[in-house]
Amino acid sequence: MDRAEIARRGEDAAASYLERCGMTVVERNWRAKNGEIDIVALDGDTLVVVEVKTRRTQSRGTPEEAVTPTKQRRLVRLAEAYLAHTGLTEQALRFDVVAIRPVADDRALLRHHRSAFVSQ
Amino acid sequence: MHATVETATLLGIDAVPVEVQVDVSSGIPAFTIVGLGDAAVLEARERVRSAIRRCGFDFPGARVVVNLAPAPLRKHGTGFDLPIAAAILVATGQLQRNLLESAVLVGELSLDGSVRSVPGMLAQARSAQARRLRLIGPSGILRYRAALSDLDAQPIDTLRDLLQRCAETPCPRIDAPAPRKCFPDLADIVGQSSAKRALEIAATGGHHVLFTGPPGTGKSMLAHAMCGILPALDTDEAIATALVHSVAGADETAALAGVRPFRAPHHSATIAGLLGGGSPPRPGEVCLAHNGVLFLDELPEFAPSALQSLRQPLEEGSVTLVRADARIAFPARFTLIAAANPCPCGYLGDSQRRCTCAESTISRYRARVGGPLMDRMDISVDVPRIDPSFLLRTHSSETSSVVASRVLEARQRAISRNASLDESIGTLPRGRLRQHIALSRLSATASEALASCARVGHLSGRAVVRLVSVARTIADLESSADVLRPHILEALGYRTWDTDAAA
Repeated sequence: MDRAEIARRGEDAAASYLERCGMTVVERNWRAKNGEIDIVALDGDTLVVVEVKTRRTQSRGTPEEAVTPTKQRRLVRLAEAYLAHTGLTEQALRFDVVAIRPVADDRALLRHHRSAFVSQ
Repeated sequence: MHATVETATLLGIDAVPVEVQVDVSSGIPAFTIVGLGDAAVLEARERVRSAIRRCGFDFPGARVVVNLAPAPLRKHGTGFDLPIAAAILVATGQLQRNLLESAVLVGELSLDGSVRSVPGMLAQARSAQARRLRLIGPSGILRYRAALSDLDAQPIDTLRDLLQRCAETPCPRIDAPAPRKCFPDLADIVGQSSAKRALEIAATGGHHVLFTGPPGTGKSMLAHAMCGILPALDTDEAIATALVHSVAGADETAALAGVRPFRAPHHSATIAGLLGGGSPPRPGEVCLAHNGVLFLDELPEFAPSALQSLRQPLEEGSVTLVRADARIAFPARFTLIAAANPCPCGYLGDSQRRCTCAESTISRYRARVGGPLMDRMDISVDVPRIDPSFLLRTHSSETSSVVASRVLEARQRAISRNASLDESIGTLPRGRLRQHIALSRLSATASEALASCARVGHLSGRAVVRLVSVARTIADLESSADVLRPHILEALGYRTWDTDAAA
């Protein structure tokens, strides 16, 4: 399994998890010229920008740690772009991180951080 | 969703009103603080966020903008944590607006939401009292009710306590116990009667003293004994002194309880350490000695530049720090007690040991202190070596409490002599010195003696004025209405530096 495949399967798992939590997935892999948002979902009235991070080993730290301040700033910019694109102003928004660590071929540990960070 | 809460930031010993404005709006979640806060103010974000959550409130998942107005004024420190958190709670409807009406909030927050004290709480309390606002802050503010009688203080332990307004609960009056420091009693010092007399005069009139003598003769001990003969601070003095200590982040309980400060900085002290400095400007040792004693042991070992910087506070009774963005004055009205060896080896003029210093070394050593500073020492006495046989015999000499009562009486005489000059105890402002001479009531023989002394000794104008002021204090100690010839002559005897230089 290559890296892209790992990432895609992680995002699938995250999306189905979020749906099971009662959220509605609005977008998958929404692309802009400076990057992409893994998942955009709706939790009630709140728009949720989700970053999914999958890591097979913890040798370089936990998956959550990979969402560095630089990456957070990029997600904030992407969220702004998304809001501009969809014309949603005055929209309540939140940034979540879903961390996934596969433990077997068809099993993984999943951790969902609600409101994982805010714009600095 | 908008809210404002009153707080204040320190500028010198004053608390300047600052308004914390919070706006919570939807949009990309963010928490920003604008309004020229330093790093400690910006770090408030993390403390406020945790404290709000730990106290069972919700931190808004929205765009939170905090503005500290007036925006051009630099804000320092952690005292903004509490007002920022409170304003966020009001803006998000978790706290009733009217609970914080006509109140000023100051305090640092722990991550668990408990409220901690910050430097300068006394200045904050005084400003709140002047603005007729209720001060909400850490529990320590209750102590100030003893000194600031009509202070409306509401102490809170945690952020949650904001919910229950306990304004009407009578706060217990906590009188700070007088923490008496240990200092030597005058009775424990053998001999040295002239030095003890000098201390008594200095304590009465707030004159500056220089003790000169070989090592180990009790110069430092004498200086420390000064604490025991000075009267306690009155309420205004206590507040003024405690304010400086509070702003410096030092414990102000002793000053509030009326204990005069005794500061003895080491001779490695820098100008900034002595006068104050830094950003934000903090008071130095001379300011912390306000209304008390500044003791400089080994005077010539201090950096000459540091010593020269003392001239302004000695003359003005205050220190003014000028910075690009502010001009800050701290009070510094203190009695200077200095101790020095007569030469680098310490034995010049000693009865037992020979001085091994070269003439040039001695003059260089003296030059470190310099004429202008020496001119300001009103009383200069030798503290000679005591004969060992005399030292080992038991003596009964006056205790500090006996001397202290004499000092207190003489001070009261000085105050009642001219009520308008009651600030004459301590350093006189320059403009009032002439007035002081006029009010000193010199007898004809005393004026005559003064004139001839001044001519022979080449005394400067300032030296003459200081001489009269010491003579006046001596007259007060002897309960004499006029300054008489012996008083002038005794005062002149304490200016050995002038007479040495003239010789």
